[in-house]
Amino acid sequence: MASANDPFQFQEFEEAASLLEANRDATTITIDDEDNKPEKQRIAAGFTPDDDDEDRLASDDKAELLSGQKKSVPFWTFEYYQQFFDIETHHVKERIIGSVVPWPRKNFIHVYLRRNPDLYGPFWICTTLVFAIAISGNISTFLGKLGQPDYKYTPEFGKVTIAATAIFSYAWLVPLALWGFLLWRNNKAMNLVTYSFMEIICVYGYSLAIYIPAVFLWILPYEWLRWCSIMVALCLSGSVLVMTFWPAVRDDHPKVIIATMSAIVVLNALLAVGCKVYFFSKPEKLLPVEHAAPTTHSAATHST
Amino acid sequence: MAAADEASRPFAGLSDVSISEDIPVEGDISVPMGSSRRDDEFSTLDEPVKETILRDLRAVGNKFIHVLYPKRSSALLRDWDLWGPLLLCVTLALLLQGGAADSDDQGGPQFAEVFVIIWFGSIIITLNSKLLGGTISFFQSLCVLGYCIMPLTVAMAVCRIVLVGGSGPVSFGVRLVVVTASFGWSTFASTAFLADSQPPNRKALVVYPVFLFYFVIGWMVLTFSPSQ
Repeated sequence: MASANDPFQFQEFEEAASLLEANRDATTITIDDEDNKPEKQRIAAGFTPDDDDEDRLASDDKAELLSGQKKSVPFWTFEYYQQFFDIETHHVKERIIGSVVPWPRKNFIHVYLRRNPDLYGPFWICTTLVFAIAISGNISTFLGKLGQPDYKYTPEFGKVTIAATAIFSYAWLVPLALWGFLLWRNNKAMNLVTYSFMEIICVYGYSLAIYIPAVFLWILPYEWLRWCSIMVALCLSGSVLVMTFWPAVRDDHPKVIIATMSAIVVLNALLAVGCKVYFFSKPEKLLPVEHAAPTTHSAATHST
Repeated sequence: MAAADEASRPFAGLSDVSISEDIPVEGDISVPMGSSRRDDEFSTLDEPVKETILRDLRAVGNKFIHVLYPKRSSALLRDWDLWGPLLLCVTLALLLQGGAADSDDQGGPQFAEVFVIIWFGSIIITLNSKLLGGTISFFQSLCVLGYCIMPLTVAMAVCRIVLVGGSGPVSFGVRLVVVTASFGWSTFASTAFLADSQPPNRKALVVYPVFLFYFVIGWMVLTFSPSQ
């Protein structure tokens, strides 16, 4: 039995609740599971929580910490970026599959992101795509020029830089422009649905995932195969993008809707076709005809 | 005496134990002054230079052996150093030089490109694993990733030796096998050290960038073509 008089006697402590009876309102620290953040907290923070985080810093930090909600940290701290890496392996898998299979009524952002956009997927998908394009382009050039005696294999490492610039600027600048445009239209015509900047980056990043297998298909030197795979990949990723952004612009002027949707699709197509044309040369199958053509041309110019 | 006898009865079995008079029992129960003792223990200022260099070399060599036989030991993690990664990076970049004759922009990777890829890639992978909630520290992770480039450096040396013999399909096949084996070894060794510091539902998210990193380095090693 606990004896309060003897300090060396082992004392059994009662339940924590009874100990706190004296001071029920004491500040306690609760570790919340990140996925359980209440919806109204996010909606109350505004449609673009990332911008508001930067505006109201100090007072909101204290208030949110004490109430045990998700804290809004300033964007120059490490913790701010850690909240965008709060995903698990199966989340990433689901999101990649969701970006490849467009479902008529499923909106990528609502179904898969669920207010938890991540930066892991977009960044690593872009990096993988950069190296995939560089490596596949190198292999296809090598295979295409295999028979020629004067061809010396070069790794063409400079193309990695070009590929990186093109893909990263597509994946980060186009979402920035689209987000700015949607924000501007939101001021003019009240749309029911708005997306945050991180969510748009997430959608664009995951929509590039279909191009990774397509790029490896481009190694085979058949033009029809390359164009077919471009078409298929474009359809899939373009439709996912269109279906995602349809709710954000559908209440707007019809011309604006058409302009936005076509811009999204056209930019996507430009990226795909541009990469194919720059990194993957046309296979030169008809060598004798090509050698003959300049000579006939020069013969024609000689004769005239 | 009677009291002493009374006290010693419980210890009767030990009564024959005695300390002979001619062995001096001495000691010092005063606490020595901390500053001078500490300086003596940790000061390496008086040791010969050879000793200093050899100590670091032995630490680096010890870690190389840990990479060769990767088991889940904490020695590599606890005493991190960046000498080994620097040595390996410079060796690999030098071995990748002397490639295709026109080395302007269509050739192999320049020295600076190899350096940037290895160090920038390691930093990004470390940031990635820390953002995903890893418990490993920044420099420990850089140390592990750098040391695990060793199999690929060895493969590069082997490839250059094989290329001296010729660059036909046979040599390409041999090089492919060597590079694939060393790439698998590098990835396996580094994940043996790194994967423990992550929660199990994110292990694949951390391992994939490491896989991509060593794949790119392996690609650079494999596509090295000598100037002729």
